[in-house]
Amino acid sequence: MSTATRESTQPQPGSEEDLLVDVRGLKVHFPIKKGVIIDRTVGHVYAVDGMDVQIRRGETYGLVGESGCGKSTFGRAVLQLEPITDGEVHFDGVDLSTLKGEKLRTHRRHMQMVFQDPLGSLDPRQTVEQLLLEGMRAHGMARDGKAARDRLSELLTAVGLPKAALSKYPHEFSGGQRQRVGIARALSVDPQLIVADEPVSALDVSVQAQVINLLGDLQDEFGLTYLVIAHDLAVVRHISDRIGVMYLGSLVEEADGQDLYDEPLHPYTRALLSAVPVPDPGVEDAREQILLVGDLPSPANPPAGCRFHTRCPWRQETRCDDERPELREVQIEGVPGSHRVACHFAEQIASGELAMHSVEAVEDEPYWAGPEPDEDVDSAGFAARDMPDTGG
Amino acid sequence: MTRTATTSTTTGSGSGEPLLSVRDLSVTFGRGRRAFAAVDQVSFDVRPGQTVGLVGESGCGKSVTSLAIMGLLPARGNTVTGEVMFDGQDLLRLSQEQLRERRGSELAMIFQDPLSSLNPVVPLGVQVAEVLQAHKGMKSGPASRKATELLNKVGIPDPTRRLKEYPHQLSGGMRQRALIAMALACEPRLLIADEPTTALDVTIQAQILALLRELVTESGTALIMITHDLGVVAGLCDQVNVLYGGKVVERAERHDLFSRPRHPYTGGLLASIPRLTEERGRRLNPVPGSVADNIPWEGGCAFAPRCASEVEACRSTTPELEPDRDGLGPDRLLRCHHPLEENPLDDIRTHQPEDTEGGPA
Ligand SMILES: Nc1ncnc2c1ncn2[C@@H]1O[C@H](COP(=O)(O)OP(=O)(O)OP(=O)(O)O)[C@@H](O)[C@H]1O
Ligand SMILES: Nc1ncnc2c1ncn2[C@@H]1O[C@H](COP(=O)(O)OP(=O)(O)OP(=O)(O)O)[C@@H](O)[C@H]1O
Ligand code: SF4
Ligand code: SF4
Ligand SMILES: [Mg+2]
Ligand SMILES: [Mg+2]
Repeated sequence: MSTATRESTQPQPGSEEDLLVDVRGLKVHFPIKKGVIIDRTVGHVYAVDGMDVQIRRGETYGLVGESGCGKSTFGRAVLQLEPITDGEVHFDGVDLSTLKGEKLRTHRRHMQMVFQDPLGSLDPRQTVEQLLLEGMRAHGMARDGKAARDRLSELLTAVGLPKAALSKYPHEFSGGQRQRVGIARALSVDPQLIVADEPVSALDVSVQAQVINLLGDLQDEFGLTYLVIAHDLAVVRHISDRIGVMYLGSLVEEADGQDLYDEPLHPYTRALLSAVPVPDPGVEDAREQILLVGDLPSPANPPAGCRFHTRCPWRQETRCDDERPELREVQIEGVPGSHRVACHFAEQIASGELAMHSVEAVEDEPYWAGPEPDEDVDSAGFAARDMPDTGG
Repeated sequence: MTRTATTSTTTGSGSGEPLLSVRDLSVTFGRGRRAFAAVDQVSFDVRPGQTVGLVGESGCGKSVTSLAIMGLLPARGNTVTGEVMFDGQDLLRLSQEQLRERRGSELAMIFQDPLSSLNPVVPLGVQVAEVLQAHKGMKSGPASRKATELLNKVGIPDPTRRLKEYPHQLSGGMRQRALIAMALACEPRLLIADEPTTALDVTIQAQILALLRELVTESGTALIMITHDLGVVAGLCDQVNVLYGGKVVERAERHDLFSRPRHPYTGGLLASIPRLTEERGRRLNPVPGSVADNIPWEGGCAFAPRCASEVEACRSTTPELEPDRDGLGPDRLLRCHHPLEENPLDDIRTHQPEDTEGGPA
C-alpha cells in the first residue's frame, strides 16, 4: 500500500465519493449541574468527544459500541437534535450549523430517526393514523384526503402492518409492531437519511429478519442512506457496508463490513467479537467466555490518553496512559486503507510482538475482577469462565 | 461452594419439586365477540435452580404470561383463568396486598421496557433504595449503601453520581441495568427476566448473563428467561418453550431444540437469524407472513397460513401439545400434525433459497 492512497481516506466534502453525511470533530458535552437555587455547572459528560464519520449516499453505516459510549447521542446530534458543543455536520454538502428556523426544518425532513425505545418515542394519545399524518402535514405533504389515505395504506403495506392498525394506539401493539409503526413514521416524509437507533433489538428473530429485509428493500427502492446503531454484531455485519466501533465518545476502529470481522485490530473490538452469543448450544458450552476486566469508565471522567487503557490487556505505560491515539491507517499486510484503528500498538499487537498481559483493576475493585476460587484467571487478564454445565 | 446442596448434582437444570407450576393459564382481553386470548392454556414448571426460556414471535404472549404470573396485568379489561402455583399457593387467588408482599421478597421481574417501568421524577438511587427499604426492611442509610453496591455489581460506572440522576439522564442500557439491580436487590426465589439484555452491548450482556447464571446456580433462583436472542437461549436456558399465538407449540431441552427443531415455526425461527459464519447481506429467510395471518386455534392450527408443512388436518383439527411421537425423549412436547423431519439449517447451509418474501408485501 502506497502512502499516496492514504490521502483519500479523508475525503473532502463534495469530493467524488458523494458523501451524504460528513461529520468532523463532533463533540457533544452535557453539563453536570449542582445546586438547588443557583445551577452551577460542576463538570461535563463527554458523551461524544471527537467523532469523524463520513457516510456515502446509499450506503449503510453500522455503529457499534458499549452501552453509554455515546452512540444515540451521536445519532441525535447528526440530526441536530442535541446541542453541538464543537465540530460540524454537513448534510448533502450543507453545513447544518449555518441553518436556522424554516431552512433547518425543511432540511430535517430529509433526515429521520427510528428509535431504540418504540413505546417511549410514540405519543400514547395519538392513533397510528394521527402519528403518521402529523409528520407529513408538518412538511406540507399529503394535504388532501385521498392522497393522505393512499399514502397511509402505502406506508402500512411497506412495513407490513394491517389496515386496522391505523385506528389503534401505541400501547395496543406488541413491541415488534410498534417498531414497524416507528419505521412507517420515519418513512412518511420521504427522507434521504434514516438514523436507526437499535431498530431491531426489541424484535424476535423472525420479525427481525423481516425488518432487516424491509430496511434493505426500502433502501433499494428509495435510495435511502442508513446510519444504523446496533449492538447485535451478527446483524450489523449482515447489513452494513461500513462499520464503526465506538468507545467512550469516539471511534476506535472503522472498516468495511467483513474486514472488521476477519481481522479486528483494536483490543476492544477483539474483546467485543469474542463475547457474541452464538445460537448453537454446542459452541456455547465449549467456549471459554471472555469477560473484560473492569468496567466502562464514566464519560464524565474519561481516562487520559487512550480511553481504553483502564481495561486494555495490551496497555503499554509509555504512550497509552497519556497520549490519545488517533484513528489512523495501519501498515499491516493485507489490511486495506479503509480499515482504520485508534491504537498506538495495533501493528505490534497484530504481529504478536506484544502479548496480552493481566490488567489490574484501576478504580475500586469491580465486581467481576475478583476471581472466585473455581475461576481461572489467565495471564491475559481475562477472567476465563467455563460456562456452567447447564446440560444436566 | 458453600451454598445449599440443591444445585450440586444437577447444576443449572434445577432439581426437586417445581417452585412454580403454571397450569392452563389463559389471559383474554376484551369481551364477547371482541374477546381475544393473548395467552391460551399455557402450562409449564420451573424448579429452583432451573432456567426456563420463553421464545416466540412478537405478540405471541410472552410478556402477558409473565405479567399474569406476577399479578401485574391491568385491573380491568382482561380475564385470567388457570392456576399459577408458587410454593403451594395459587398466585391468581391472592389479594393485591398479599401479592405485593410476595413480589418484593420472593418474586421479581425485569421488565422489557426500562423507561416506562422507572418513575421519571424520582432519582434512580431513591427508587433502588425504596425497594430495599420496603422489602428488606432496611433503614435508609444502609439501603443507599447497598444500592451503590448493587449498581456497581451490574456494571454501572460511577454509581454514587448515578444514584442522584433521573432515569432520562441514563442511556438505555444503563436504565436496564438499574432495573436488574432492583430485581437483584430482593434476592428473589423466582425471577422473570423479560428481554433483560436487549438494550445491552455484548460485553455487558456477557456480564449480566454471568450474573443471572450465578444467581441461578448459587442461590437456586428459578429463572424464567424471555428473549428473542437465540444465542442467549442456547447458552442459558435448560428448557425452552416456543410460543405461538398464545400457545406453547414446542418444548425441549436446549441442545435438542437446536439440533432437531421439530415444529415448523421453531425451524423458521432458527432459519431466520443472521449468523457470523454465513455470507453477508444474504436475504434472510423470515417465517413468511405475520401473526395477522393467523387463523383461530379452534378447529385448526393457528400457524397454518404461514406453514410450509401444512397438511389437511391442519385446518380441521387443533393439534394438541403431546410428547413427540418420534421418541425424542420424554421431555419433548410438540403441537403439530406434520413435524419437520430435517433440520432446516442443513438446507440453508447447502443452498441459497430463492427470494422468499417475509412480511405481507
Ligand atoms: N440529556 C442528557 N443529559 C446528561 N447526560 C446525558 C444525556 N443524554 C445522554 N447522556 C449521557 O451521555 C452518555 C452517552 O449516552 P447515549 O445514550 O448516547 O449512549 P449509547 O451509546 O446510546 O448507550 P446505549 O447503548 O445504552 O443506548 C451516557 O453517559 C449518558 O448518561
Ligand atoms: N393491555 C392490553 N390490552 C389489549 N391487548 C393487549 C394488552 N397487552 C397486550 N395485548 C396483546 O396481547 C398480545 C400479547 O402481547 P405480549 O406483550 O405478551 O407480546 P410479547 O410476546 O411479549 O411480544 P414482544 O416480543 O413484542 O414483546 C398482543 O397481541 C398484544 O397486542
Ligand atoms: S493504545 Fe494502548 S491502551 Fe489503547 S488500545 Fe492500544 S494498546 Fe490498548
Ligand atoms: S399443525 Fe400443520 S400447520 Fe400447524 S405447524 Fe404443524 S404442519 Fe404446520
Ligand atoms: Mg443508545
Ligand atoms: Mg414482550
